[in-house]
Amino acid sequence: MATLTITDVKKTFGKTDVIHGVSIDVAEGEFIVIVGPSGCGKSTLLRMVAGLETVTSGEITIDGRRMNDVEPMDRNIAMVFQNYALYPHMSVFDNMAYGLKIAGTPKAEIAERVAQAAQMLQLEPYMGRKPRELSGGQRQRVAMGRAIVRKPSVFLFDEPLSNLDAKLRVQMRLEIKELQKRLGITSLYVTHDQVEAMTLADRMIVMNAGRADQIGAPLEVYANPATEFVAGFIGSPATNFLAAETLGRSGVARIGVRPENASLVAPDQGLANGTLLFAEALGAETLLHLRLTGGEMFTLRQDGTAPVPAEGETCGIGWDRVRELWFDHGGNRVRQAG
Amino acid sequence: MRDGMVENRGAGHWFTHIGLTIGVLVIFFPIWLAFVASTVSQPEIVSPPMPLLPGDQFFENYRKALVSGVNAPVALMLANSLVMAVGIAVGKIVISLLSAFAIVYFRFPGRRLFFWLIFLTLMLPVEVRIVPTYEVVASFGMLNSYSGLIFPLIASATATFLFRQFFMTVPDELAEAARVDGARPMRFFWDILLPMSRTNIAALFVILFIYGWNQYLWPLLITTDPSMNTIVMGIKQMFPSGDDVADWPVIMATSILAMLPPVIVVVSMQKLFIRGLVDSEK
Repeated sequence: MATLTITDVKKTFGKTDVIHGVSIDVAEGEFIVIVGPSGCGKSTLLRMVAGLETVTSGEITIDGRRMNDVEPMDRNIAMVFQNYALYPHMSVFDNMAYGLKIAGTPKAEIAERVAQAAQMLQLEPYMGRKPRELSGGQRQRVAMGRAIVRKPSVFLFDEPLSNLDAKLRVQMRLEIKELQKRLGITSLYVTHDQVEAMTLADRMIVMNAGRADQIGAPLEVYANPATEFVAGFIGSPATNFLAAETLGRSGVARIGVRPENASLVAPDQGLANGTLLFAEALGAETLLHLRLTGGEMFTLRQDGTAPVPAEGETCGIGWDRVRELWFDHGGNRVRQAG
Repeated sequence: MRDGMVENRGAGHWFTHIGLTIGVLVIFFPIWLAFVASTVSQPEIVSPPMPLLPGDQFFENYRKALVSGVNAPVALMLANSLVMAVGIAVGKIVISLLSAFAIVYFRFPGRRLFFWLIFLTLMLPVEVRIVPTYEVVASFGMLNSYSGLIFPLIASATATFLFRQFFMTVPDELAEAARVDGARPMRFFWDILLPMSRTNIAALFVILFIYGWNQYLWPLLITTDPSMNTIVMGIKQMFPSGDDVADWPVIMATSILAMLPPVIVVVSMQKLFIRGLVDSEK
């Protein structure tokens, strides 16, 4: 267990700036998720913490110790890779024991620690198998086991669930969360999946083009996005953005309305009118895709039991104006007065 | 209609087999003749027609070949060839593994240049540089020695290239995982890269062993002492010069003996060899 601080860290590959200065203080045992679209620099940031990439400027410390020039093995971290990176010729046991073996841990202790991790991850029946004889979920567990046995001060996860099918992903997500809570190890987790970010994070860093647009607790980020990018990225389906002038407002550039905050009303009774293009009935909820009179698309989410108008029908759309998200021309949030 | 198709396929099947059988017989026939020649006596060989069935001199001829030979005992030549072939195969594998490792995993000045230099040597056959190589070996005093037989042939651009290609297919994450696990580069090489390359190594060993075993020109040049002769060139040395009479049964016995080790290597490593050529286990 340890604290981790990242202070104004920047990364440049040749002449391209990849990360423009990210800072965060991570408390002991905190689960931080770095989320953002591909190419936003989230993996690079994680790899800098791991020591697999050099830090161009800024500082990374673990438990107050400066780590910039420390080898990965001496940082007391463990990493779970996207493709698991299991050693294909080694058994599950050897995969998990390898790090300890190199560190010169006594054999008896290795056996004990591996057995403990295996039990925690329900891997006991597979200890003699090779990675290729395991299913995706089992490989994932082995990769986690390999991280756990080293008793690191920081866990690093690089999109660990992206290779699993949807159902398994949900299950492993819960397992990771539960495990991290139980072990209380400070964790940094990279993902492009906002659902993973929302469910796992104590706090999340939303990255956009090398910048941390917002750092905060998931619900805080959802309710109060700092930028237009965050508002669009967090929440599913994505927030609708409408040009302010089409709604007859001034002072702001764009107005964001979350699909779940809007509802259908009679034509001309709401804040906008639109034609229903098509409806996606998902059972518990229905997503309505409308084209507004101004030509913009608008997605609206309503309860699965609510009546759905016929396609092509014109409807009114209403929402609570207090829950509107206002943004200026630069994409930054403008707080509503009062 | 249906029956006809089955029949057609059946006929094709038989034709294939007959074709293959004829091919095998054609290729095998000279070897069979050599074997027959190694089991009969000298007068029987020289009086036409040559016999096509083995004679009764098998033990006599092979004993004579192994123990006394013509210039040097064949047992000694076999041993020389074995040392040379294993030396070349193992040496080539070790050196090319290490150079491929360096080229793929380390960023050092001139990395590209070195790779292309190695690659360039592929374009020069041994025969082209054989005179300067002889000069070098001679001035090092390595004529008539195992080191003289092995070292000039030990660098292999082909094998380096092969391992380079294989290493490049190994995911980077694996090297990174090993780094996080605390493995220093050589440890990673030894614990992870080497075991992962074992099928490639086996396949290469078979090819290189045969390459080393079949060396002819180079041993012929640098071994003047019969006790350093290798078997493949040794067979040539057994041929009579001038009016001497060739001892054909012994020469044929030697040929058969010379063929055995490569056959044993191929057969015993067949499984690994084919796996190394066909699939890449990752």
